[in-house]
Amino acid sequence: MEVGQMQRQWIDYTRSLFIEGFLDAQFLQLEQLQDDNNPDFVVEVVSLFFQDSHKLLNDLTVALDQKSVDFKMVDAHVHQLKGSSSSIGAQRVKNCCIAFRNLCEEQNIDGCLKCLHQVKQECCLVKNKLETLFRLEQQIMAAGGSIPLMELSF
Amino acid sequence: MDSHKLTALVVDDDRMVRIIHGKMLNSVGVKNQVVQNGKEAINVHLSGQTFDLILMDLDMPIMNGIEAIKELRSMGICSTIAGVSARSMESHIQEFMEAGLDEYLEKPLNISKLTSFIHKFYVTN
Repeated sequence: MEVGQMQRQWIDYTRSLFIEGFLDAQFLQLEQLQDDNNPDFVVEVVSLFFQDSHKLLNDLTVALDQKSVDFKMVDAHVHQLKGSSSSIGAQRVKNCCIAFRNLCEEQNIDGCLKCLHQVKQECCLVKNKLETLFRLEQQIMAAGGSIPLMELSF
Repeated sequence: MDSHKLTALVVDDDRMVRIIHGKMLNSVGVKNQVVQNGKEAINVHLSGQTFDLILMDLDMPIMNGIEAIKELRSMGICSTIAGVSARSMESHIQEFMEAGLDEYLEKPLNISKLTSFIHKFYVTN
C-alpha cells in the first residue's frame, strides 16, 4: 500500500474514533504535545494509562467483591479512573465512570457491578482501537511518510 | 512577565497527569518540577525552593490539596496556586478555593486553559 493510501486510511480511522465517541478533543492535546524531542509521547502516555487502569479495575473488582462494600473506596477508585481517562481523551471510559460514581452514591451494588463490567469493556475497546491506530502510524513512518495533522472539524 | 521566565510545581498523585501537565508547561516555556502529593510539595518548599505557579491536585494520599495549600499559605508561600481536579461539585470547589487557591481549573487541563491561567496572573509586557 502506498503512503498516500495509508495516510487516508489513518485519517478515516482516526475520524471514526472521534465520531464513535471513543476519543475526544483531549487526545488531540496529547498529539500537540508530541514533538521531535518526545516522538513517542502519545504512545507512552497511553501505555501508562492502560497500566494504571488495569490496576484500578482490579482494585475495583476486589472492592465490589467484599461482603460489606466500602462505597467510599469504590468511589475514590472510580474518581481516579475518571480523571485519568479524561486526561487522555478516552471519552467513553470517562462517561462510564460518571455513571459509575452516581451508582456509588446510591450504594447500588448491582448497578456498580454492571458498570464495572461496562468500564472494563470500554477500556478493552479503546485499547484495541488505539493499538490499531498506533500500528497504522508505524506503517506510515516505516514507509517514509508522516502522520497527517488532525483537526476536529466534524 | 514572559511565561519563559516562570517556574512551576506540579503536584499530583497520578504519574500520567504529572507527565502531561509537565509537558504542557514545558510547551509554553515554563520550567517545572513534579511531586506526588501535598507532603512532597511542602518538603520541596522547606528545602528552600519557590515557584511562581503551583498546579495542585485535590485528591491525593498522605496530604491532599486542601491541607497542602493551607500549610503553604501558613508558611507564607505567595505563589499563584491553581487547584486542578476532576471534581465538579460546587461544594468541593468552594472548600478548595477557601483553602487559599487563586484559581480553580477543572481537569482535564489543556494548553488553552493553562495559557489563560498564566496570562490572567502574569501579563506579558
